[in-house]
Amino acid sequence: MQTIFVIAILVLGFIVTFQIAKASEYVAVLRGLETSRKQSNRINAALLLVFLIVGLIGVFYANAKLKGKILGAPASDHGVLVDRMLYVTLAITIIVFFVTQILLFWFSFKYQESDKRKAFYFPHNNKLEVIWTAIPAITLTILVGFGIFYWYKITGKAPKEAMVVEVVGKQFGWMYRYPGADKELGRKYFKNINAENNNPLGQIWEDGNNHDDVFVEQEMHLVVNKPVKLVIGAQDVIHSVGLPHFRLKTDAVPGTPTTMWFTPTKTTKQMKEETGNPDFTFELACDQMCGRGHWSMRGTIIVETQEEFDMWLASKKPQYLVANPDKDPSIKKDTVATPAPIAAVIK
Amino acid sequence: MSAALHLHSEAAGSHEHHGHHKQSFISKYIFSMDHKTIGKQFLITGIVWAIIGGLFSVLFRLQLGYPDQSFPILETIFGKWAKGGQIQPEFYYGLVTIHGTVLVFFVLTAGLSGTFANLLIPLQVGARDMASPFMNMLSYWFFFLAGVVMLASIFVHTGPASGGWTTYPPLSALRQAGDGQKIGTDLWLISMALFIVSSLLGGLNYISTILNMRTKGMSMTKMPLTMWAMFFTAVLGVLSFPVLLSGAILLLFDRNLGTSFYLSDIVINGEILPNEGGSAILYQHLFWFLGHPEVYIILLPAMGMVSEILSVNSRKPIFGYMAMLGSMFAIAILAFLVWAHHMFVTGLNPFLGSVFVLLTLLIAVPSAIKVFNWLTTLWKGNIRFTPATLFAIGFVSLFISGGLTGIFLGNSTIDIHLHDTMFVVAHFHIVMGVASFFGMFAGVYHWFPKMFGRYMNNTIAYIHFWVTMVGAYLIFWPMHYQGLAGMPRRYLDKRGWASFNQFGDVDKMITVVSIIVFAVQLMFVFNFFYSIFKGRKVTTKNPWGANTLEWTTEINPGHGNWEGEIPEVHRWPYDYSKDGRDFIPQTEPVGADESKH
Repeated sequence: MQTIFVIAILVLGFIVTFQIAKASEYVAVLRGLETSRKQSNRINAALLLVFLIVGLIGVFYANAKLKGKILGAPASDHGVLVDRMLYVTLAITIIVFFVTQILLFWFSFKYQESDKRKAFYFPHNNKLEVIWTAIPAITLTILVGFGIFYWYKITGKAPKEAMVVEVVGKQFGWMYRYPGADKELGRKYFKNINAENNNPLGQIWEDGNNHDDVFVEQEMHLVVNKPVKLVIGAQDVIHSVGLPHFRLKTDAVPGTPTTMWFTPTKTTKQMKEETGNPDFTFELACDQMCGRGHWSMRGTIIVETQEEFDMWLASKKPQYLVANPDKDPSIKKDTVATPAPIAAVIK
Repeated sequence: MSAALHLHSEAAGSHEHHGHHKQSFISKYIFSMDHKTIGKQFLITGIVWAIIGGLFSVLFRLQLGYPDQSFPILETIFGKWAKGGQIQPEFYYGLVTIHGTVLVFFVLTAGLSGTFANLLIPLQVGARDMASPFMNMLSYWFFFLAGVVMLASIFVHTGPASGGWTTYPPLSALRQAGDGQKIGTDLWLISMALFIVSSLLGGLNYISTILNMRTKGMSMTKMPLTMWAMFFTAVLGVLSFPVLLSGAILLLFDRNLGTSFYLSDIVINGEILPNEGGSAILYQHLFWFLGHPEVYIILLPAMGMVSEILSVNSRKPIFGYMAMLGSMFAIAILAFLVWAHHMFVTGLNPFLGSVFVLLTLLIAVPSAIKVFNWLTTLWKGNIRFTPATLFAIGFVSLFISGGLTGIFLGNSTIDIHLHDTMFVVAHFHIVMGVASFFGMFAGVYHWFPKMFGRYMNNTIAYIHFWVTMVGAYLIFWPMHYQGLAGMPRRYLDKRGWASFNQFGDVDKMITVVSIIVFAVQLMFVFNFFYSIFKGRKVTTKNPWGANTLEWTTEINPGHGNWEGEIPEVHRWPYDYSKDGRDFIPQTEPVGADESKH
């Protein structure tokens, strides 16, 4: 009923506008097309000026309303670089924005048609054109220089002491693997993947490096002020590891592992205090269209101190032992009826 | 050279005699070989697709603005796709995908350059028709077929393609990945292949017509900038569309023949696929090798028409013709060298990334030149605000706003945060979507008298401009802030997210405005069709006082365009307000005492 009502109003509005428009055309013909054309010219010129002024106020209004909604200070060292680049670019573009928009609408208003004036025949001026080729070129050189300098810092080699975490995306969730005491991730092969046999990442159990690797889902733990190198992969389609608070992002591509490193600089606890939000969480958002659940592919990250992290990691059992309970010294051998197969079954 | 041209125009003249034979309805309006009719066919088909694409965006805006509300009417219309009156995720992604595909390819490529290249090239260079009218007709009918297949894909029981307009594999290569990846994606790919054939047939025609069929005296640098824009557009299309075609064909192979071009190491829903050794990123290279030039395929015609319209209506020559031409050339070259800026976060080699940063930001230089030249064209003009002029001014404003945000995204250091967020959505909708639409509207209002011998209603046109202009900024400006907060695009419900759910009111506002803006576009459409039959009649050959050749034809030119000889050209098309004269048409010989420009 409501919908019909809305549609009826729309149709009515349509008809009314149309009738007015038609009538105004007849009036224009009666009054002389030239007179009414000049009148509408004046009106539109004035409107362009109004649009400029209201628009400029609108820019400030929108900024005042919305700037509080963007995330606060970045929580990683690379995030600081990203934000700095962003603000340098903003400072330059905002000047260009105001100057060009003001000139555009001001010229339009000022040089509206008038019988008293003739247009100025001004086909070209090499000096002017050289100036406004050179200025953007110089400005952009600066931006490119800054950009590439920061880019190499961000994408450069991770420091040796960086901890390694593997992040793997699948429709529609995140999985993580920690290398354990040997600080090395064991090898894996996708045909070994078998969630039912407790091998969701396809680890090769024959590889000793795998024996202490810890597997977790949904929640990633990181250590504050310690560089972390994420080794990123995907099992089915392309996903993307988006970390808005750290200002970073890298795609997770099946078949082609990618990496990204950074140093978290604030713990979750600190962020809770800074934002005054007791429920604050660092989020990991999938940024690459990955299917019907794309919008809900959320992971969380907890940044904590080294001790807290060590305690958390120690509480996790290596996946090797979960998948091969017969190898677990904490479980008595005779309680296990049939040992799980060592290499997972290939379907 | 001139002898050859002369011969040619005579040959074309004899062709014209055939043209005057009585034509049946079908050969005149349906399988027409008249470039003007084909242009109108492209335009009207484009309008139909724009309504469909626009309607889809209103539907998904409803979901974005009111994720917690149920609209029972949606369930009545769409059934299982809107269970409980709420748009289901599969449906949402289908809408987004078809919206993007249709607007980028069917409306802003075929509808824009298909319409105006067809309508204007022979008229402005002084030719009786395209180099190959038959290929030109095929171009439209391949486009029509592509449309039929795309339309059919919307009605299959598993729904249309839903992997986004970029259709990245492996998502788009795996039927198991979702409903939209089933038959819908096959149809999408077939439709795109047909579309590419259409645009190649058209593009080859535009290039050969411009190069070979200019009238006597029309040297390349005497051509209006619109012609140059159409020329560069066609060259871009001819060189880049085949690459997308190959990408699409490889994808069809991966989907249907078990090949592994894009597939490697995949386990989906517990099923281990045998494919090894493919590269998912390969598709992105192939796609964006077209995808980025595509942006300029969309923008350049709008730029060309805007240059023309601003010059005519400010009664001034376009400022810096050679600089405008040079910057278009630079943009066309650079368009091929920046594709990987869409791929900064795919794990691309950082060194390669930095090269693409440099090349991408370089595009800002020719773009800046164009903006300053448009501003100088307005400076000290005597501006008539026809609806076309207003849309041209709006184009410049939007091109500035959207172009500047491109400097953020083209810089990989910032892109690593903003990539695939709402900031990108805001950026490309303003600079490519809405700006090109403005160029298209400007073109329609400006050349409507040439197309149909009537004017469109001005009052509705002015309402159309102002609502669209204000609406465009209201819709897309706040999205920049959503993007700065890191909000990813294609999220249909943000309530589960701590970082992105603070924009509820903003999303509501955007939805309301977009419904209003859509309604006003329908008014434009109505105005368009009504004016074809009932608009005020054009009474002079040259209603805008323009210099270019199309205004030397009859009010309603027949097939062959000029009744007598094709006029000879003696000067560039921008002699406005020169030596105290309001305008001097291109056909007028240069006087002995005339000042040089």
